[in-house]
Amino acid sequence: MKTNAFAYVRADTVPDALRLYAEAGEDARYLAGGQSLMAALNFRLDEPSTLIDITRVAALRGIVADADAIRIGALTRHADVADSAVITAELPLIHAAIGHVAHPAIRNRGTFGGSVALADPAAEMPACVLALGGVMEIAGQDGTRHVPADAFFLGTYETALAPGELLTGVTIQRPAPGSRWGFAELARRAGDYAMAGLCLMIAPDRRDARVVFFSISDRPVRARAAEAAIIAGASVIEVAAVATDGIEVYGDLNAGIATKRHYASVLLRRELARLDQQEAAA
Amino acid sequence: MTLHAYDRPVSYIGASVPRPNATRLLQGRGRYVDDKVLPRMVHAAFVRSPHAHARILSIDVSAARALPGVVAIYDGADMAKVITPWVGVLTHLSGMRSPPQPALAHGVAHWQGEPVVMVIAQSRAVAEDAAALVDIDYEVLPAVCDMDTALAPDAPRIHPGLDSNLCWERKFETGAVDAAFADPTTTVVERRFTFGRHTGVTLEPRAVIGDYDPSEDRLTMHYSGQAPHMMQSVVSRHLGVPEARVRVVAEDVGGSFGIKIHTYGDEIATLAAAKMLKRPVKFVADRLESFLSDIHARDHRITARAAVDADGRLTAVEIDDVTGIGPYSVYPRSSGIEGNQVVNLTGAPYDFPAYRARLRVVFQNKTPMCQYRAVGHPIAVAVMEGLMDDLAHATGRDPADMRRINLRRDDSYPCTSPQGMRFADLSHQQCMEKLLTLMDYEGLKADRDAARARGIHRGIGLVSMVEVTNPSPMFYGVGGAPIAAQDGATARLDASGAVHVANSITEQGQGTETILAQITADVMGVTMADVHVTTGDTATVPYGGGTWASRGAGIGGEAMLQAARALRAQVLEVAGVILQAAPDTLTLVGGAVVDAATGAERITLRDLARTVYYRGNELPPGLKPELIATRHYRVTDYPFVFTNGAMASYVEVDPDTGMVKLLSHWVVEDVGTILNEKLVDEQIRGGVVQGIGGALFEECIYSDDGQMQNATMADYLVPMAGEMPDITIAHVCTPTRTSDLGAKGAGEAGTAGAPAAVMNAINDALRPLGAATLSQMPMTPERILRALGTVA
Ligand SMILES: Cc1cc2nc3c(=O)[nH]c(=O)nc-3n(C[C@H](O)[C@H](O)[C@H](O)COP(=O)(O)OP(=O)(O)OC[C@H]3O[C@@H](n4cnc5c(N)ncnc54)[C@H](O)[C@@H]3O)c2cc1C
Repeated sequence: MKTNAFAYVRADTVPDALRLYAEAGEDARYLAGGQSLMAALNFRLDEPSTLIDITRVAALRGIVADADAIRIGALTRHADVADSAVITAELPLIHAAIGHVAHPAIRNRGTFGGSVALADPAAEMPACVLALGGVMEIAGQDGTRHVPADAFFLGTYETALAPGELLTGVTIQRPAPGSRWGFAELARRAGDYAMAGLCLMIAPDRRDARVVFFSISDRPVRARAAEAAIIAGASVIEVAAVATDGIEVYGDLNAGIATKRHYASVLLRRELARLDQQEAAA
Repeated sequence: MTLHAYDRPVSYIGASVPRPNATRLLQGRGRYVDDKVLPRMVHAAFVRSPHAHARILSIDVSAARALPGVVAIYDGADMAKVITPWVGVLTHLSGMRSPPQPALAHGVAHWQGEPVVMVIAQSRAVAEDAAALVDIDYEVLPAVCDMDTALAPDAPRIHPGLDSNLCWERKFETGAVDAAFADPTTTVVERRFTFGRHTGVTLEPRAVIGDYDPSEDRLTMHYSGQAPHMMQSVVSRHLGVPEARVRVVAEDVGGSFGIKIHTYGDEIATLAAAKMLKRPVKFVADRLESFLSDIHARDHRITARAAVDADGRLTAVEIDDVTGIGPYSVYPRSSGIEGNQVVNLTGAPYDFPAYRARLRVVFQNKTPMCQYRAVGHPIAVAVMEGLMDDLAHATGRDPADMRRINLRRDDSYPCTSPQGMRFADLSHQQCMEKLLTLMDYEGLKADRDAARARGIHRGIGLVSMVEVTNPSPMFYGVGGAPIAAQDGATARLDASGAVHVANSITEQGQGTETILAQITADVMGVTMADVHVTTGDTATVPYGGGTWASRGAGIGGEAMLQAARALRAQVLEVAGVILQAAPDTLTLVGGAVVDAATGAERITLRDLARTVYYRGNELPPGLKPELIATRHYRVTDYPFVFTNGAMASYVEVDPDTGMVKLLSHWVVEDVGTILNEKLVDEQIRGGVVQGIGGALFEECIYSDDGQMQNATMADYLVPMAGEMPDITIAHVCTPTRTSDLGAKGAGEAGTAGAPAAVMNAINDALRPLGAATLSQMPMTPERILRALGTVA
C-alpha cells in the first residue's frame, strides 16, 4: 500500500495550476483534499507522474452569495460547507446532505469540488448539484467554460472535465421561495456511501420537480418519470411506483438491483409523504 | 487491633485501576513492530496469487531484479530449500489430515492471496514497485469454493494426494436420539443456519522483523503476536535454528483476536530471508493483504433440530455442521478446533439426555480459516438459542420460561454434559434471573407490544451461554502441538524495594500487564507504580503459553499470585530474622513490613532489600534469601474452566428497508473472581461489538471463483460506534475451584453470545410480519428484505 514514486508541485493560482499541468502532461493529477486520490494511489489504482497540489489556491476556496445565486468554490472543504450559514439558509438540501458525507476527519480535508470532479456515483454532493441544477465553472487552457449539471456527470468517475481542466466552482441559482426539498439515504453504517440516496427539489405549486437518485446507477440520475408524475399532481404512491422507471440500475455488494429499486421507491415515498405532512401542518 | 483487608491502603485485586501502560501508548511511545528500525534493515513485499487455484507455470523476476534498490527475490522453490513445510493436524482430532504447507506457494497456488514471490528491497515502496514487475504465468485450475459442493464425489480435488476435499469428520452420539425425535408426544423444531466468513481486522496488522546474527547463529523474531514460546518452537523446527537460539520478542501488539497466533508463510519467509541475507528484514502486512492472508473465521452451514417433551423439557438435540477451512488446516493449532467446539458446546447451558452431532471440516480454495475470538462459541450459541426460541414459539411458551425450564441448575455442579464436558461452578439460573431483572423483561415486552400496535417492529432476544476458558493441556498439547497450557511468573524484589515481574502471558491491549501488576502489588503491599512488568520476550520471561482462549488472568494470573506469595514469604522470613519476630506476626503494607497486629511499620522493603543485597554480613550465615521466586501453574482436574453468562438484545427493525437499529444490549456474566471490573467490562463490551459485527456487518464476500470482493475497509464493514447500542453489564461471581485466584476467562463472552441475541431479537421483531426466520449471518438489510419476501 505504497504509492508509486511521483513528482509533487504546488500551484498558487489557477493559471499556475493549468501551466503546471501543461508542463507535466496527462499523467498528472490535481490534488485537492486527497481523501479519494491518496487511497487510489495507495492501492495503485492510479499511478500519476506528478501531483499538482491546488490546496493553496485561495481563489478556489469559499462560498459567496449574490441576489440570484450561490457560488461554492471548488476547494471549499466539506466541513466548511457544513458550517456555512449561507448554505444552511439558502441551500438546505446541501446542508442536510453534507453530514452524510463520510466522517468528520474526512470532511475536514475533502473538498466540494473534489467530490464533484471525482463523480463517484454514490456521492452526495454531485447528486445535490444535479438536483439544484448547478452549473460547473471550468478553467482550461482556452479559458473558462460553464457546463450545467445535467451535462456534467457522464458515468462512473466520468465527467465533462477534459484532461487538465480544473473545476473552479459550482454556481447554484437560489431556489424559488416556497420550494420544497427532501434528502434521504440508506447506508449500512453512518458515514458509509449509501445503498441508495435521494435528493428532491419541488418548485412551488409543483411547477417543476427534480428527483435525483444516487448510488443506484453509474452516476447521479434524474428520475424523469417520477418528476413528471409529481408535476402532474400524482399521489405519493403513484410517484413512488415509477421511482426508477427508465433508470438503468446497478447493484453492488450491499444491495442488488431489485433492492436498490425498492429502496429508491421507499425513499421517494417517505420523503414525499413527509413533505405532504409538513405542508398539511403549515 | 487487627488490620482488616479494607484498611489496607493498597488492595488492588478487584479494583478498577487504570492501565499503567495506557499513558505510554496514548503518548505515541508504543513499541509496535513497525516502530522498530534496526541497522541495515531491508523490507519485504509479496507477490500474491491473484487466483484461487492455479498452477504456477513460470516466474520471471528479471525485470524486478533489475530495479535499483532491490536486494533479493525468492520464490517457492527458493524457500523450500530453507524452510521445511508444516502440517496443521492435531493427533487427538483423530483422522484429521492436511497436506504439507509451504511458506510460499510452490507449484500450485491454493488461494487468492497466497504468497508466491517475496521481494526484498531498500524500502517497502521499492519492494512494491519490484513486485509489480514480477511476471508469473499461471494455468488457472477449477476453484473449489462452496463447501457443500466441495464434498460432492465429482468435485475437483484441491490436493491430488487426498481422496476427497474432506479434512476431518467427527461423529458423536449419546443417549436415545432417534427415540426422542420419534416420540409422538415431543415437539420437534428444525432449522438450517449459515454463518459467513469474517476476519479479525486488528488495528495493527501482522508484522514481523527477522534479525539473524550469523556469528552466534541466533535468530530474533520481532513479533506482533500472542504466543512467543509457541513461535519459538515453530521457527526452530522449520528454519533449523536451535530452539534456544531463537528469540521471539512481542512488545506492544495492537490487537490480535486470535488472528496473530498462527503460522503464516509470509512471516516465516521473512525470517528465512533475514537468515539468508544476514541482515534484518521487516514485513508489515498492508490492509489489502491482511484481508487475504490473515486467517478468516466461522464459515459454517448447520442443520440442527431439537425436541422437547410436553413439559417443555429438552429430550434431544442434533446438529450437522459443515465448515469450510480453506486449502490447509492451519498450523500448529489446526482448523479443526472451531468445529470441534461447536460440537462440544451446542446446548451446553441446558440439561438434556440425548445428543448427536456430525462435523465435516472441508478444504476450499479460500483464505485459510482458523481460531478467532470465541472459537466456535457464537455458532454453538446461535444454533441452540435459535432452536430454544423456535421451541418456545412452537409450544406457546415465553422464551424466558423455555430457558428457565431447561437451564442446568445452579446446585447441580460438578456435572457432565452429554458431550462429556465437565462443568463446575456455573450459575446459569442466577445469571438469567439477574438479566431479566436488569433489562426489566416484563416492561420491555410491554414496550415491544405497544410499539407493535403503532407499527414499529421491535424484538427481544435472549441467550444463555457457556464459554471455554483456562484450557488445560487437553486443548493442544495432548495433540502434539508445541503449545504450553501452563504459564510461569517470576517476581523479584530489587534493591530499591520495587518489584519486577515477568510472565509468559502476553499483552495485546486487553490489560494483561495491568492485572499482573495488580495481583503483585496486592500480595506485596506495594503501589502499582512499584511493580514493573515484563511480558512477551522468550529471552526473559518464564516458559508458557501466552494469551489466548481467555487464559491470561486465570492461568498467568494464578502463576503470578503464587510467585508473588512465594516472594512475600521470603521477604517475611528475612524480616522475621532481622526484626527478631515471627514471620506470621508481620505483614506487608505500603512498601514496608509492618506488625500485623498494630500496623506499626517495622522496616521498609527498601531497607530490607539493601540489607540483603549490600550488608549480607548482618544476616545469620544460614539465611540466604533469594528475593526472587518463580511459579508455574496449569489447570489440573478439569480439562477446561467453563464460564457462563446470559445476554439480551433489544432491536428495532424497519421492515421497509431491512435496517436494524440496536436499541439496547445487556450482559450478565460470571467470570469468577473479578480482578479489575473495568477491564472485564471492556472485554465484554468489545466482545459484544465484535459479535454484533459478525451478526450484522462483517463478511468476507467471495465470488464463485474464489475472489474476495470486499478486501478493503470501505467494503468490509466492521462495526462502528455509531451503530452500537449501550451495553449494560452486571456480574455474578462464582470463583473457580481450580485456583486460589478464582478467576475464569472474560474474553469470549461478548463475542459468543451477541450474535445469537441479535438474531433472536430480529426474528422476534419480524415474527408478526410472517417473515421467514433469519438464520444467516450477517443479517444484512437485503437478507432481511428477502426473509420478508420484499425482494427475491
Ligand atoms: C472513508 C471515506 C469515506 C467516504 N465517504 C464518502 C461519502 O459517504 N460520500 C461522499 O460523497 N464521499 C465520501 N468520501 C470521499 C470524500 O468525500 C472525498 O473527499 C471526495 O470525494 C474527494 O474530494 P477531495 O477533495 O478529497 O479530492 P481528491 O481526493 O484530492 O481528488 C479526487 C479526484 O478529483 C480530482 N480533483 C480534485 N479537485 C479537482 C478540481 N477542483 N478540478 C478538477 N479535478 C479535481 C483529483 O485530481 C482526483 O482525481 C469518503 C472518503 C473516505 C476516505
